[in-house]
Amino acid sequence: MRYLLIALLCLLPVFAHAGEATDMAADPVLEKRMIGLAENLRCLVCQNESLASSHSGLAEDLRREVREQMQKGLSDQEIIDYLVSRYGDFVLYDPPVKKTTWVLWYGPFVLLLAGAGTLVYQLRKRKSQIPEAELSAEETQRAAELLNETAESPNQPKDPQA
Amino acid sequence: MARFILPFVIFMIVATFLYVGLGLNPREVPSPLVGKPAPEFSLPQLYEPDKQLSLQDMKGQVWLFNVWASWCTACEYEHPLFMELSRRNTVPIYGMNYKDKPEDAKAWLRRHGNPYTLVVSDAEGRVGIDYGVYGVPETYLIDKQGVIRYKRIGGVTEKDLSETILPLVKELQAK
Repeated sequence: MRYLLIALLCLLPVFAHAGEATDMAADPVLEKRMIGLAENLRCLVCQNESLASSHSGLAEDLRREVREQMQKGLSDQEIIDYLVSRYGDFVLYDPPVKKTTWVLWYGPFVLLLAGAGTLVYQLRKRKSQIPEAELSAEETQRAAELLNETAESPNQPKDPQA
Repeated sequence: MARFILPFVIFMIVATFLYVGLGLNPREVPSPLVGKPAPEFSLPQLYEPDKQLSLQDMKGQVWLFNVWASWCTACEYEHPLFMELSRRNTVPIYGMNYKDKPEDAKAWLRRHGNPYTLVVSDAEGRVGIDYGVYGVPETYLIDKQGVIRYKRIGGVTEKDLSETILPLVKELQAK
């Protein structure tokens, strides 16, 4: 009985080795994590595609690299740092805020403020350019007459035909 | 009159930016590797696959590292320049055959000539990733301390060679 058990134990490694390099689909959690990371990375060959969606050879290699680093236990940030140190910030679809990207990040707000400022300035200028209309005595009287007319008979139509 | 000058000036500025933008190459991504130590590697040689070549073997000399493949058409255009350069013997050129079959690579070198001191094979493209390769051909200039001093993505032109690479080689060799 004891020998049989030992013999069985010796056979264990044979079964443990189920196949070559674990198929990636066999670990859906890792695959999902890899895809999640790769969606935010740019494929450098076809620059408007993400690493997750690209079929280029390099993208496949990079996905393999990301998977392997994940299997080694590296964090997402460590993997991103690794890729940035090789391919530059260009691999990121979400570029970090730093001196060289200030124009990218703050430029639109500067433009918005400049536009708003110009608008306010122009409106103020126009207001000061239009002079208050001075009415002559005759015009004032005429205006008063018109106002009284409507005040006396607000509901009566002026046009008899109506 | 002033009403027209401002829009005209704005138009000219925008037009200038757009015009310059037309001439830029979006494939030229500034490499973060320039000025950094070249990543370590140890790869089998193309002609003697049981022998390895590693970064350490090149320490103490200035050398060019050219990444190429037999499937890469742009490599054919830059290749005569390397042939010419190898004849002049100014700087050793090491080749890395990237994601290629050894027999294809050898056939390609038979046809176009072999300017390389040694060629290594990176069949799976792993070392390529370490070197940030994404558009073959790519060429690196590495100094005596093993630091990358220059990187060219895409084919090297005569102008790159005479105006940038060779003066830099001279400067680095003198150090």
